[in-house]
Amino acid sequence: MSVLQELKEQIRAALPELDMVLGWEQGFDALHMRPLFIRTEKDLERLVLNPLCVHSLATYLPGLLRGAGNDKKVGLVVKGCDSRAVIQLVQEKLIPRDRVVMFGFGCNGIVSLQKLEAGAQGCSGIGSVEFAGDKVVLSAPDTKVELPFAEIRSGKCETCRYHNAIDADHFAGARVEEGAVPAKHPTLEEFEKLPLSERFAFWQEQMRRCVRCYACRNTCPMCVCRDHCIATSRNPHWLTQESSTAENFMFQMIHVMHLTGRCVECGECERACPLDIPLMLLRRSMNGVVRELFAYESGTDPDATPPLLTYQVEEETINERGW
Amino acid sequence: MSRQFISHDKMTAWLDALSRDRAVLVPMDDCGTVTFRPYVPGRKALLDKMPVRAPKEGVFPQTETLLRFKYDKDPENLDRVKVQVREVLPTQKAVVVGGRPCGARGQLILDRVYNCDTMRDPYYVSRRENTLYVTVACTSAESTCFCHSVGSGPDDSEGSDVLLVPVEGGYVAEGVTERGRELLAEGDFESASQARMDEAGAVISRTRGQLGEAHDYSDAPRKLLERFDDMDFWNEQAAICISCGACTYLCPTCYCFNMTDEQSGLQGKRLRTWDTCMSFEFTLEGSGHNPRPTKAHRLRNRMGHKFAYYPELHEGLIACCGCGRCIKSCPVSLDIRAVVQAAQNHNAVPEEAEEKADA
Repeated sequence: MSVLQELKEQIRAALPELDMVLGWEQGFDALHMRPLFIRTEKDLERLVLNPLCVHSLATYLPGLLRGAGNDKKVGLVVKGCDSRAVIQLVQEKLIPRDRVVMFGFGCNGIVSLQKLEAGAQGCSGIGSVEFAGDKVVLSAPDTKVELPFAEIRSGKCETCRYHNAIDADHFAGARVEEGAVPAKHPTLEEFEKLPLSERFAFWQEQMRRCVRCYACRNTCPMCVCRDHCIATSRNPHWLTQESSTAENFMFQMIHVMHLTGRCVECGECERACPLDIPLMLLRRSMNGVVRELFAYESGTDPDATPPLLTYQVEEETINERGW
Repeated sequence: MSRQFISHDKMTAWLDALSRDRAVLVPMDDCGTVTFRPYVPGRKALLDKMPVRAPKEGVFPQTETLLRFKYDKDPENLDRVKVQVREVLPTQKAVVVGGRPCGARGQLILDRVYNCDTMRDPYYVSRRENTLYVTVACTSAESTCFCHSVGSGPDDSEGSDVLLVPVEGGYVAEGVTERGRELLAEGDFESASQARMDEAGAVISRTRGQLGEAHDYSDAPRKLLERFDDMDFWNEQAAICISCGACTYLCPTCYCFNMTDEQSGLQGKRLRTWDTCMSFEFTLEGSGHNPRPTKAHRLRNRMGHKFAYYPELHEGLIACCGCGRCIKSCPVSLDIRAVVQAAQNHNAVPEEAEEKADA
């Protein structure tokens, strides 16, 4: 039985007890999948599972489960990173674990459409995509392009240590073996070698490009303020509506600071950005700080308390008196 | 009409000439993404890619200072405060080069709102009158393109002053308006041969072929209005929407704005900035009431505005230019075409039809 079939059977069996299950379906063309809300067995037929299923469905959970008197039970299909988002939300008591059912699987990485399009230059009108082992075959009416999967894999997958969904209620297919990965992402490693002035200039240039559409914020499973975000609130009026470099920078700094110790590096912010601003560089940097200061990895242990949500007179991992 | 031709190697000189006394916006590689950037000699224009952002920012910038103000306290009587207001009217001449026919035509949707008998927005009108459009026709269609379904096409010159059709070695150029023909006089153009004009024709028919059959949206206004109160329909359509503003901010025809006074100390400025109807705050009233409280209400508004309310006010003109940016850049691949078509194909439930008949 294929992983998809197994997954479908698990969802079919659980569906009567659930209000809906979130998965993915084919979108408007061969390269684009889209989230699918499965409510009936008929909806289930549309479920797909492949490395183009890029979205983190955990993003929908706080909205679906919120509200007094709401007793909805929601299932969702999760990659490793998505399961971390669910766990982190549970840890922060933003969603109740007993109303969430996770359908996990072993993920071998997802596609970066940005990289795929760069690799498939000249191959227009791609009609089908086939994943064959470590190769991807793109077929267009007049051409066929074969690319190594590693070349078009999303940047976030390069340092992923959680290929298998954590704490899943159901698991389809075999577990993926966790290989050795660098502790620090190569892009951050390279970036940190630059002098501070160049790093600042880099971000000035990137922030000028921000269109303030808030796609990064709204795809983020950890951005739960949504309609009450201080970046758009008029009262209090923290930020001006001006789309200048300085204001954009300020918003992105607020975003990254609010994610520190919470970000699960699902990469949704960077994927969603229509201008392809490399936002993960900021996330990785702050996550590195949290790992170093608190020896904490977000969204991996349902029983842990995120370090910035608690307080200890003497932090175990910070040797304050040893200075 | 006679056509002219300009070779690729002479394009730079033409752009240099145009930028001498005007602001020129052209698509450029901007950190890996193609967007409109101010052209200065030496920078490389990229005319073969559709920019991520729409050409509307040439006349409707994301942030615009409408006026500056300053409060002066009377030293004799500190209760008396005088305010000085200085209006900031844009006067810069500009050319937007390298937009697509969809984007240039999209500008006409804004014209009907900001420059009509009942309303003349001085900021918009000033920019509009000072801005010309040099458009590049499309040599291929993407899966998100549907200009042909909203009354346009890959060589539509409506809204453009000059239309360039890419051919081998350069562009076949058409001066669409008088002012457009004046722009052509500033470059080293030659008369286009019949062979080149035929080639241009072939390029366009190939792109047309790629677009496939056009979808008929003519009953969309009625069908969308029929669904207006059907919140089950809108909840289903909007389920995957994450309420960001990528669709509206990249759209060539979205024209809604916000106004805020940004004051620091005794002085400040009044800004006009793009706004997005996909945001909760868009219709949030001072009382706390929100007439569009959910994303379903807001998606209904975006679809209704473009495919029903605007056409009803403007002789059936759909307020969508079919560029597909909202589909391509949507983080969850929500497809505006599919939503409108779902409304068009929706079969009214019998009980509902009866209820309406009773009422």
